[in-house]
Amino acid sequence: MNEVATPAGLESGALPMDTVGNVYVESPRITARNVDVYYGDKKAIDGVTLDIAEKQVISFIGPSGCGKSTFLRALNRMNDTIDICRMEGEIKLDGEDIYAPHIDVVPLRARVGMVFQKPNPFPKSIYDNVAYGPRIHGLATNRAELDDIVTQSLERAGLWDEVKDRLTQPGTGLSGGQQQRLCIARTIAVSPEVILMDEPCSALDPIATAKIEELIHELSNQFTIVIVTHSMQQAARVSNRTAYFHLGKLVEVGETGEIFSNPSHEMTRNYITGRFG
Amino acid sequence: MTDRQDMTTPGAKSDGMMSPDVAARRVAASIGGRRQRERRFKSYGLIAIGIALAFLVILFASIFSKGIPGFFQHYVTLEVTLDRAKLDPAGDLSLQSLYDGDARGAIRAALYEATGASGRSGRKAAGKIISQGAEQRLRKAVIDDPSILGTTQSMVFAVDDDVDSFLRGFISRDTPEADRRINDKMIGYIDQLVADNRIEYAFSDYLIFGSASRNAEMAGIFGAFVGSMLTLSVCLVLAFPLGVATAVYLEEFAPKNRLTEIIEININNLAAVPSVVFGILGLAIFIGIFGMPRSIPLIGGVVLALMTLPTIIISSRAAIRAVPPSIRDAALGVGASRMQTMLHHVVPLAMPGMLTGTIIGMAQALGETAPLLMIGMVAFIVDVPGSVTDPGTVLPVQIFMWADFAERMFVQKTSAAIIVLLAFLISMNAAAIFIRKKLERRW
Ligand SMILES: Nc1ncnc2c1ncn2[C@@H]1O[C@H](COP(=O)(O)OP(=O)(O)OP(=O)(O)O)[C@@H](O)[C@H]1O
Ligand SMILES: [Mg+2]
Repeated sequence: MNEVATPAGLESGALPMDTVGNVYVESPRITARNVDVYYGDKKAIDGVTLDIAEKQVISFIGPSGCGKSTFLRALNRMNDTIDICRMEGEIKLDGEDIYAPHIDVVPLRARVGMVFQKPNPFPKSIYDNVAYGPRIHGLATNRAELDDIVTQSLERAGLWDEVKDRLTQPGTGLSGGQQQRLCIARTIAVSPEVILMDEPCSALDPIATAKIEELIHELSNQFTIVIVTHSMQQAARVSNRTAYFHLGKLVEVGETGEIFSNPSHEMTRNYITGRFG
Repeated sequence: MTDRQDMTTPGAKSDGMMSPDVAARRVAASIGGRRQRERRFKSYGLIAIGIALAFLVILFASIFSKGIPGFFQHYVTLEVTLDRAKLDPAGDLSLQSLYDGDARGAIRAALYEATGASGRSGRKAAGKIISQGAEQRLRKAVIDDPSILGTTQSMVFAVDDDVDSFLRGFISRDTPEADRRINDKMIGYIDQLVADNRIEYAFSDYLIFGSASRNAEMAGIFGAFVGSMLTLSVCLVLAFPLGVATAVYLEEFAPKNRLTEIIEININNLAAVPSVVFGILGLAIFIGIFGMPRSIPLIGGVVLALMTLPTIIISSRAAIRAVPPSIRDAALGVGASRMQTMLHHVVPLAMPGMLTGTIIGMAQALGETAPLLMIGMVAFIVDVPGSVTDPGTVLPVQIFMWADFAERMFVQKTSAAIIVLLAFLISMNAAAIFIRKKLERRW
């Protein structure tokens, strides 16, 4: 797929500088430098350089298969679980290289949490779903503290009122939208610094989507959020910055308003106006 | 597109697409054939199921018709005079004393009285009516309740297996005396006992609580049953943790290289190795090299564990693979280690499948004969094994041995033992279903 002709506007070499717009920010939480990700011999991410700012929402958009998920999963090393996946370049979280040999992925993933495309609550009770992370990381010293964490997480995820009377019932018995908010509650229960969301609303109806978007908006006060989305409107609504990927490359990145009203790169403009993608 | 154009007919539009009405007509035309093929396929399936069911019915009918009588046998009631001095010469109720005593004489006396047998040949004939196990019964009755010594008690003893067969009508009076195992004198005595209402047809406690015996009327499956339990326990304790651990390792932790590939292929092949080979292995290694005793449930269990391991590993791996990857992602995503992901989420979710595999393996092991013959569990052992290192045998081997005996009564007991084995198997499967349901309901 990578051998396919370089699309218009991307003829010159594959240097990171090719990205249009400002990839750097003033106080970055995550800095990615010249990141390449391979699946076997296949290059899925090609020289991406990008800063992710603290307590902001950045959305990744781009056509299917362009590597948004791959890049997102590189940020908390979820790609490690795929045997054939290999990564080159450098990703730092708060100035620390997360791919350094001494880094343990367990605390890393506690700091960089993840919400998946399909709601995937554990087949356990609602309470246990949220309590699982704090339990394994030893965040609560007693039951009361754990109860507090669970309650607060569910409240922050906007799910408390709906489930407070049925905490012992299975999480899988909730509606899709509720399940996704449960997954968000589960993620924030371990107090991460960054939350990665891979198309969190793609399995939800518009009302559930609106709730999640509202939630993302609120959470951005406290967390740094990276969201992959196929919905232009969603990106426009929830994010401060937007990054457009194409065939494994980061084509353009900038303030969301700027990107949507006045994209600099021709490919971005084509994609946003629906001419391809 | 070329395909489409080839199919173009007068009714099709020029752009290569078929017009809706042509398509509808073709669909309608094809439906008849399709329905017929479906019907034919369905009837094949029904025939197959019907044949299988018929065989099952025949099997069960034959086993039950032969086996149910095996659960019963004939008993005779006698008034035995329990003379203290004769039965317990030492007077201390010790086993030694009881064995020195003349239990046989007491029973014989009661028998002669009941039948009116007299003379050498008459007494000999009468003596053959009763089972050799009667003396043991009497001693046991005395041990259980010493106060009966010195009284006359009405006691029930099993009749000899030939007499039993006669009472069931398997031995005809019309056969010439020389050709039957019951002579005319005995028949006379038996008739008298029947006329006196001393003979009863009752549930066979020997079958359930008796051990191996050459006397068909005394033979029972208790020893073999205990042997089976012990062997299966050893098998389960070894095979289940080992199988599950192997499956978890191979599925989740093993690097994908040549070595693990070879291991995988070997495990899959092991499942198809004839079970007798495992018996030879056990014989060579445990008995040959380690010099362990023959016939013990411990080795039987180890051999059967080797045999069931592939089944457990394969089904456990399938169960692990069936756990949706999203659950793993979820656990890893909140920072669980691989080990925690496995232990907290994947293994519990895979457990019903693993248990099913294990119980199927155990059921196989329960019915296995060949490998146990190799390690000598076919020996004639009267004592019930008390531990896994006592010599013993198992149910299927017991059945196998009984099937070899000529006595009519062993045929019935064989079928009865098969019924017990089947009941055992069915209850194991029921337990499996119950456990699965219980585990599944938790989620
Ligand atoms: N596990 C994998 N093994 C091999 N190739 C993969 C794997 N996952 C993704 N890829 C390939 O990497 C490329 C990028 O995939 P990725 O899932 O990151 O795309 P995406 O932008 O998230 O697409 P979508 O919008 O459809 O989710 C694709 O060409 C895909 O085929
Ligand atoms: Mg994706």
